[in-house]
Formats: sequence, structure tokens, C-alpha cells
Amino acid sequence: MATALNEHIVTSYEDELINLNKAISEMGGMVEQAITDAANALLKLDHKAAQDVRQYDKRIDGMKDRITEMAVSIIARRQPIAVDLRMVVTAIQVANDLERTGDMAKQLAKRTVQIESLALAPKFYNGVKHMTDLVARQLKAALDAYASRDAAKAVDVCAHDDEVDAMHTSLFRELLTYMMEDPRNISQCIHLLFCTKSLERVGDHATNIAEAAYYLETGRQLGQDETQRQQL
Amino acid sequence: MDTLTGNTRVTQSPDVTSTPVELSKRTTRLTARDVTVHYGSKQALHGISIDIPDRAVTSFIGPSGCGKSTFLRCINRMNDTIEGAKVGGTIKLDGEDIYDPSLDVVELRARIGMVFQKPNPFPKSIYDNVAYGPRIHGLARSRAEMDEIVHSSLRKAGLWQEVKDRLAEPGTGLSGGQQQRLCIARAIAVSPEVILMDEPCSALDPIATAIIEELIDELRENYTIVIVTHSMQQAARVSQKTAFFHLGNLVEEGNTSDIFTNPRNKQTQDYITGRIG
Repeated sequence: MATALNEHIVTSYEDELINLNKAISEMGGMVEQAITDAANALLKLDHKAAQDVRQYDKRIDGMKDRITEMAVSIIARRQPIAVDLRMVVTAIQVANDLERTGDMAKQLAKRTVQIESLALAPKFYNGVKHMTDLVARQLKAALDAYASRDAAKAVDVCAHDDEVDAMHTSLFRELLTYMMEDPRNISQCIHLLFCTKSLERVGDHATNIAEAAYYLETGRQLGQDETQRQQL
Repeated sequence: MDTLTGNTRVTQSPDVTSTPVELSKRTTRLTARDVTVHYGSKQALHGISIDIPDRAVTSFIGPSGCGKSTFLRCINRMNDTIEGAKVGGTIKLDGEDIYDPSLDVVELRARIGMVFQKPNPFPKSIYDNVAYGPRIHGLARSRAEMDEIVHSSLRKAGLWQEVKDRLAEPGTGLSGGQQQRLCIARAIAVSPEVILMDEPCSALDPIATAIIEELIDELRENYTIVIVTHSMQQAARVSQKTAFFHLGNLVEEGNTSDIFTNPRNKQTQDYITGRIG
């Protein structure tokens, strides 16, 4: 867990960094909601809810622009260094990953609108539900690790990404079976294939956010540290 | 300075982001071990040990009264001139103890030059300001040789183009930034190995500062430079190694890029990021 930072002598600078962190938390909440809503819309085949998710994405994009502007302004006027610099740079990275995650929610929603009926075995939808829960948990844990500057938690998130990948591979195989069983399933299965792919990408963005959290707290890149650990 | 566009060039050589390996490969020019300074009964430095790398810029940062200038002045024995100052420990230049009683201090100060906070040209001509050092050290045997030293020093200090037609005019008539470069030319004229700079840009505007920083970056190819600065950004820009002083102690030293992205010590972090320590 991170040691508490002392306050800046210049309070307006301190306030700007606090506001930047608040904006990241807010955007994180928005994106978590979008992913959950999109997955629910898919599983209930609720076209109206899916349209709402697509609309909501514009607000997520706007939030990313706001965070980028805040960060650039801090760099230009305050010349942040050390932990402050890492805070500002990772804020830009995390906002970018969150915006991409929002796009994945939008993709899910777009596919949902194109699916006419859910005609596969219930076991498959349970699998999608399970994968959604898993990536939502990963995303939440990554955002928590970032907000609390918790390097151990960030490492933990990265370690769990394999599970998401395994889920994705398993659902991919299942969809392939349905398509081979009955060609009438192909159209629906292709849409669902893209949906699972989107969910897998959300897992990757969660990993990126966790890596940013690790860098924010330690000043080192997680990838390099892992490689060194393996070499020891 | 680009005369057409008026833009100042501040080149960033690739070395600025030198990795720890690269910096540690450099040979050490100056070695300080357990250096203490007392002004009367007050102890100003508590055992400073640091290696200053050759042909690189080392910056000393820290709050006022932290001892960074005191330590800088130890390096060319300027503290000898302060009554009641007592220096302990050892400082070696190329393995040679600079506090050795048999050492000629005047000769030492030619090897270790100094540039001060406020430009302090002599009330003499531009030419004589630069020629003064070589003259007292007998470095030129003829007028032609002296001309050569003066011209090349002014060139190295990046001042030649601006003053070549008015070498006989008083140095005090130049602008602040030009005066500071004149002082650097004066320091270079005696072919020093080390140049110490005590806040050389604090009295200059940003453009004059950028020109001096560009000059420092060029000079480090041939000289070992130690700079004391209150501007953290300046230390980050010009130096390869940074040392943070606090209350007469050396708190942390390391590669500049490490100190400014990921300092190990909390005191260093609080200071460089402007936090309440």
C-alpha cells in the first residue's frame, strides 16, 4: 500500500492533482457501468438498453478529452516531476484505456442490436455472463489499484488476465462447434464471437491500467520487473 | 541563437537520458570523503561523500542553507578565505588531495575555476577580463599567443560573434547574460579541468539562461562541471548527475533522470515536487 504523500506547498497545484484523480475515478465508474449495462443488454437481448449504451459512449469520450486537457494544462503550467509527473502521465494513459474500454461496451451494444434472437444453448450464455463478471472484476480491481496506488494489487490484476484469455478461448471453441452443428447459427455466432473478443480486450485494458498503477506507485515498469524476477 | 529566426537552440544531447551504466562508466574526477565544514562553532556540513564524474555536469540542489554552496566552495578552497571556517575530511582531484599543505592554492584555483551567481566582470576591457588569468599564470609568451587564448576562450563561451568588434570596450557594458558568458570565458582562459558554477543563471532572463544552459551542455565535452542551482528544472535540464542536500547532509545522489522521475528518498521527493516536508 502506498505511503501517504504530503501536501504541496502550492494549494492550487494540490487541488488540480486531486481533481485529476477525481476525474479518473469518475470516468472509471462510467466505463464500469457501460460494460455492465452492455453485457446485460446482450444477455437479455434488450435493444433499447443497447442503444442507451451507444449514446452513453459520447459522454465517456468527452470525459477522456477533459482529462487530457487537465493533464496537459498541469504539465504546461506546473512542470510536474517525480510522483506528480507519474500521476499526470498515467492519468493520460488510464483515460486512454478507459476510453477504449468504453468503445468495447459500444461494440457489444452494436452487435446486440444486430442479433435477432438468442438461440444457443443456455450454457453458452452462462459462459458469456461468467466472462463479463470476470472482466468487470478485473477492471474494478485495476481502477482500485490505481486510485489507492497499490502495487501488489496491480500485480495481482495482471496475474489474473490469463483467466480472461482462457475464458475467451473456451467460448471461441464453443461458438465454432455451434457453427459446425448448424449453419443457421453462423450469423448469430459471428456476432457473439466479436462480443467475446470485445470482452477479452476489456481484460487487456484492465491489465494496462494495472500496469499504470504499478508504475505510478513504484516508478518502475512492471514488465521489466517481472522479467528481472524471472531471471533471478 | 539562430540569427534569422531569433530562436534559441537548446540541444538535448542523447546523453541527457544516460542510463546508470553509462554514468557509472565515466571516470571519477573529484572524490570527496567525509567532508565537514564548521563556521566557528556552527557545523555547516556533516560528512559529505560524493564522486564527481569526469566530463559531465553534476548539479547540487537543496533548500537555502542546506550546505550545497558551502560544499561547492570547498572544492576550490574558497572557504579558506572565510575567517573561522574549518574544513575536515578529504577532497581529491585526480587522486591528489587538494587540502595538501604543500599545494599552491592559486594554481589549484586555475585548475578548478568558478563562475558566480552575479556576473562579476573586472572593470576592465572585454579583452583584459579574459587575458587577466592567463597573464598572472604566465600562460602566454607573446601577444599573439595571448590573442589566441582570448579569442578561443570567447569562442568557447559562445560570446565571440557578439564582442569580436569591441574587445577594447569595458566588460561591464555588456548585458547580464553576456557578462556571465564573459565570466565563463575568463574561467576557461586558464584551461581549468573543473568549472564550478554557483547559481550562474539566477540573475538572468529565460533566453540568456537558455544560452548559458546550451553553453554548459557544450562545455561538458571538455570540462567537469559542478553547478549549484535553485532551479530544479535547470538541474533536470543540464545535469547528468544530481545530488540533493538538506541541513548540511547529502540526502541522495544519482542519475538526474532517476532523481527527477523516481527519487528513492522521501525528503528528496518532498523537496523536488514542492511538498511540505
